[in-house]
Amino acid sequence: MSQTLKQKPTTHGFAKAAIKELGWWRAHKFLFLRRLCQVCVFALFAISPFIATWAGVWLLKGNLSASELFGVVPLSDPLASLQVLMTGHLPELSLLLGAVIIALLYAVLGGRVFCSWVCPVNMVTDLASWLRRKMNLPRTTEMPRNLRYYLLALVLILPVLTGLTVWEWVNPVPVLYRAALFGAGSGLWILAAIFLLDMFISERAWCGHLCPTGALFGLIGKVSPVKVSAVNAKDCDNCMDCFVICPERQVLKPALKGKQPMITDSDCTQCGRCIDVCAQRVFQFQNRKNQNRIALKAENNQ
Amino acid sequence: MSTVNQSKFAAKGVNRRQFLATSAKATCAMGLLGMGLTAVAKQSSQLDPLAIRPPGALSEDDFLSACVRCGLCVEACPYDTLKLARWFEGAPTGTPYFTARNTPCEMCEDIPCVKACPSGSLNHELTDIDDSKMGIAVLTDEKNCLNFKGLRCDVCYRVCPLIDDAITLEMQHNARSGHHAMFLPKVNSDSCTGCGKCEHVCVLEEPAIKVLPTHIALGKTASHDTYINTEETTLEMLNKGLEL
Ligand code: SF4
Ligand code: SF4
Ligand code: SF4
Ligand code: SF4
Ligand code: SF4
Repeated sequence: MSQTLKQKPTTHGFAKAAIKELGWWRAHKFLFLRRLCQVCVFALFAISPFIATWAGVWLLKGNLSASELFGVVPLSDPLASLQVLMTGHLPELSLLLGAVIIALLYAVLGGRVFCSWVCPVNMVTDLASWLRRKMNLPRTTEMPRNLRYYLLALVLILPVLTGLTVWEWVNPVPVLYRAALFGAGSGLWILAAIFLLDMFISERAWCGHLCPTGALFGLIGKVSPVKVSAVNAKDCDNCMDCFVICPERQVLKPALKGKQPMITDSDCTQCGRCIDVCAQRVFQFQNRKNQNRIALKAENNQ
Repeated sequence: MSTVNQSKFAAKGVNRRQFLATSAKATCAMGLLGMGLTAVAKQSSQLDPLAIRPPGALSEDDFLSACVRCGLCVEACPYDTLKLARWFEGAPTGTPYFTARNTPCEMCEDIPCVKACPSGSLNHELTDIDDSKMGIAVLTDEKNCLNFKGLRCDVCYRVCPLIDDAITLEMQHNARSGHHAMFLPKVNSDSCTGCGKCEHVCVLEEPAIKVLPTHIALGKTASHDTYINTEETTLEMLNKGLEL
């Protein structure tokens, strides 16, 4: 089956081969699952106040900057917490504990899992890149990918110099949550700006090159055991669909063409879209330690 | 072999030069960006110097360095007093504040907003709400305050949770009628918590009494001003003199 596909030139449109080979659902599975995840996390925050008045238990309180799970477990954004520390203010233990819990969580799940499965900005930048694809906008000159680490450094140095958590004025990541949960909709202009940047100025400009939150989660994820791996790299027929869809496409080449099939680059957001769009079933989620296929519940349902 | 080395070296030189150039560019860009961001942050924190913070809030600068803008205090407040600031409105974006005229602080005994704050920007050492200093009420307009007109409005006085302590009525002869008394509301800045209940209930269209942030409401003695001490010293001397 895959033999015939291999010969076929795949010039008849993006991911058509995958949809034909795997069916529409399987060719969009991870996209659907992570959208569901993004919406569910948000919905948990949004409906918690109502559940609280009805059942007296807060599921999730706060927003992505800092929150409380079941009213006891603190969770907080490591970047925001680091910024507070850099101003010289020693926060309550719960903030630091929350940051450690979140950092550990993503160190296990994969750092940028936050980006593709939780972060609300991801929906905006994915929309921009989808429109870009639909409208056939040309690929623009690339900014250096490591710009985000410079920005991360800047975000952490500014509090030392100014005593203010400067980045939190413009950080787009909490904006959507704040807008919807606390009615602070006027911050949405930042998301609009990012959308326009990604759409018309530079492809994947924000998440792929600039966002310091993504950069920090990338660093946290360096130790993660969960990775995407090009297990069947030999079957790759160079259709380039994964390159088209991948938000961090520089991570793909070493896996497909290099010695080691595992995508160890921490820039990978583990979105699983490369698994979705590949008719040749080249990619899989894998455990770095024993290289066993991770039995993802969703995959078992198939 | 030497040529290989040469080219290798040359390539390295170019790389290093490129690297330096890129780093310089990036550093400049980040420097500019940093200045821009700082300007935005400084500007908008100065934009609304009248923001009244929740109980226990650190001084404005420290508050802005500590608050992560999570809204946990907002969700903890049972009276919907607190709001997270929107852009260019009320307070620096995302930080909690309240507008006393709309919804004052009800001064909850257990201070849930402070307990909820994970960053400590609301100081957890505040355990008695009567010690809080969200601001200081100031009778800003003696002209329109009804009590100053000789009427017995008193609503600000009567609504104050610390009645006769944070706010008192000072009886004064009414020179206008000649034989009535005037009761003038007077705020005691040592006791006033800044809850804003007085501002909330003031019957005027624009309240004559307003809660201002402490750093605006209160004056401050310069460190070289010694007359207060002089007074003390004089008293001391007099006392000593009497002792002898
Ligand atoms: S890179 Fe930043 S904005 Fe993009 S998805 Fe990740 S955290 Fe969100
Ligand atoms: S390599 Fe695959 S999982 Fe990783 S970011 Fe790219 S498309 Fe997503
Ligand atoms: S003391 Fe009570 S009413 Fe006042 S801000 Fe805190 S929670 Fe709200
Ligand atoms: S709970 Fe504390 S950190 Fe969170 S918004 Fe309120 S004051 Fe800021
Ligand atoms: S703000 Fe007004 S009501 Fe509140 S304590 Fe001060 S004087 Fe009393």
